[in-house]
Amino acid sequence: MNYQKEWDVIIVGAGPGGSKCARACAEKGMSTLVIDRKQQVGPPKRCGEGLSKRWVELSGIEPTPRWAVQYIDGAILISPTGKKVVVANSKTTGYVIERSQFEKLLAEKAIEAGAKYMLKTQATGLLKDGDTVTGVKVLCDGKEKEYKAKIVIAADGVDSLVARYAGLQTTLPLTECDSGYQYEMAGVPLLDQQKMELYFGKDVAPRGYVWVFPKGDGVANVGIGVMGSDITTAKYYLDKWIDAHADRFKNASMTEINAGVIPVTAPVKKFYANGIMVIGDAARMVNPIHGGGMGATMEAGLMAADTAKEAVDAGDVSEAMLKKYQDKWQEVRGKEFAKILQVRKFFEKLTDKQMEIIAEAVDPQIMIDLGHGQGLGTVIKTLVAKSPDAAKFAMSFLTGE
Amino acid sequence: MAAKIDKELCCYCGGCASVCPFSALELKGTYVKCDPEKCVDCGICVKICPVGAIEVKGQRGENK
Ligand SMILES: Cc1cc2nc3c(=O)[nH]c(=O)nc-3n(C[C@H](O)[C@H](O)[C@H](O)COP(=O)(O)OP(=O)(O)OC[C@H]3O[C@@H](n4cnc5c(N)ncnc54)[C@H](O)[C@@H]3O)c2cc1C
Ligand code: SF4
Ligand code: SF4
Repeated sequence: MNYQKEWDVIIVGAGPGGSKCARACAEKGMSTLVIDRKQQVGPPKRCGEGLSKRWVELSGIEPTPRWAVQYIDGAILISPTGKKVVVANSKTTGYVIERSQFEKLLAEKAIEAGAKYMLKTQATGLLKDGDTVTGVKVLCDGKEKEYKAKIVIAADGVDSLVARYAGLQTTLPLTECDSGYQYEMAGVPLLDQQKMELYFGKDVAPRGYVWVFPKGDGVANVGIGVMGSDITTAKYYLDKWIDAHADRFKNASMTEINAGVIPVTAPVKKFYANGIMVIGDAARMVNPIHGGGMGATMEAGLMAADTAKEAVDAGDVSEAMLKKYQDKWQEVRGKEFAKILQVRKFFEKLTDKQMEIIAEAVDPQIMIDLGHGQGLGTVIKTLVAKSPDAAKFAMSFLTGE
Repeated sequence: MAAKIDKELCCYCGGCASVCPFSALELKGTYVKCDPEKCVDCGICVKICPVGAIEVKGQRGENK
C-alpha cells in the first residue's frame, strides 16, 4: 500500500497511547498516519493487563467480553509473612483485559475515524528543518522512505529512540525502573476470582512485587517487577516464587512468556521540542507505585491531540506552542504522579518488619489512597507509634537525609 | 565494543534499549541490535535484562 508522503500528524507507535491519540487527531479532521515496527498491532504484550475503571472509561470503548475479560473489584496485598490485606472500594474496580484485542480495538476506532496505519515500518530517524522536526525517516519492507508531517508524536514506548532523535534526554536510570517478567498461565487456583493478588517482600521482589492478575477460567498473568539495578534477573525471582508455591501451581502451566521494563519514576524533564511531542512510556508517564501506564499514555495522547490541532490550525509548531501540552499534563496528572513517587520512595526504604507493621495496623482504605499519592502522613504516624526505630527512619525520610 | 545478546534467551522486550545511555541498542521487529560504534561496554544493560540475555565483559544477569 502506498500512502501519501505528507501528513498533518505522524504518530510513531501503535500502542494504546499512539492509537488513542490517532483517533483523536483524525476526529479533529487532521490527516493522521500511525507507523509501527511490528507486523501486528498488539502482541507481544509487555503488560500485566490490569486497567482500572476510570481508564476503561477514558478508552472510549465499551468493556465487552472481547477484551475486558475479567471484572475486578479489589486487590489482596500479601505481606512478607503472608498476612493478607483486602482492599476494595469504588476506586479499585476495573478489568483485567486481553491487551492484544484492546490495542486492536483502539486501532480499529482510529481507522474508523480516518487514520491510516503502516506496519513493519520502523522509524529510523527524523526529518528536520533547522531544529524543527518535519517528518520521519522509516525503514519499510526493507526500503528507506521519508514521510513529512507538521507534527510528529513519539508514542514509541519504553525503549523510545524517536524522542532521543529529537535531542530529548530520555535515558532511564537503572534505579528508576523495574525489570519485569511474566507468565500467562492456565490452571491457576485463585484466592478470589475478582481480585488482583500482590505479594511483597525483599526476598520476593526487591522493591517491587509479584502479581497474580486473574483473566477468568483459571487463566492468570503471574508476573514480577524488581528493581532494575539488581543483577539477579526478574526471571530468577519469579521462578523462585513459583517454585516456593509449588503446591498451588502443580496443575498450572504457561501459555505466554512476557518481559519488559517499567519506568517507576518522574516523567522526562521535557517532552516536546519544535515539531514533536512525546507521550506515554516514551516520556516515562507511568504510575510510579504500581507501574500501570496504559491509562496515562491514552490520556496524554488526548492532550497531545488537542495541542496538535491548535498548532496545525495556527500554523505554529514551535516549542512555545507545544509546551501547552506539557503544562496541561503537569496540571492534570504530573502533580499526582509526583506525590505517588514520594510514596514509592518511602516504601522502597522499608524493612520487611516495618512492612508487617503497616500491614497489621494501617486501615486498608489508606492503602488505596497511597496509590493516588495520599495518606503517606497517616502511614508514617502509625509506623512511628508502633516502632521506635521507625521514628528515626521517618524523620530522615521527611527531612530528605 | 558491543554488548553480546543471546538470541535464544532474549524476549525482545526493549528494556536494554531504554537504559543504554549511548543509544547503542535498538529493538527491531524481531531482534535487538547493538551498534559497536556506540557501545562503550558500560554494562548497564546487563542489569536491566529481565532474562539475563546480555553479556558485557564476562558479566551476565543471574537466572535460576
Ligand atoms: C511486565 C509489565 C507489566 C505491566 N503491567 C501493566 C498493567 O497491568 N497495567 C497497565 O496499565 N500498564 C502495565 N504496564 C505498563 C504498560 O504496558 C505501558 O505503560 C504501556 O504499554 C505504554 O503504552 P505506550 O502506548 O506508551 O507504549 P507501547 O505500548 O510500548 O507501544 C509502543 C509501540 O511503539 C512501537 N515502536 C517503538 N519504536 C518504534 C519505531 N522506532 N518505529 C516504529 N514503531 C516503534 C512498538 O512496536 C510498540 O507497538 C506493564 C509493563 C510491563 C513491562
Ligand atoms: S554496555 Fe552500555 S553502552 Fe553498551 S549497549 Fe549496554 S548499556 Fe549501551
Ligand atoms: S532487555 Fe534482554 S530480553 Fe529485553 S530486549 Fe534486551 S536483551 Fe532482549
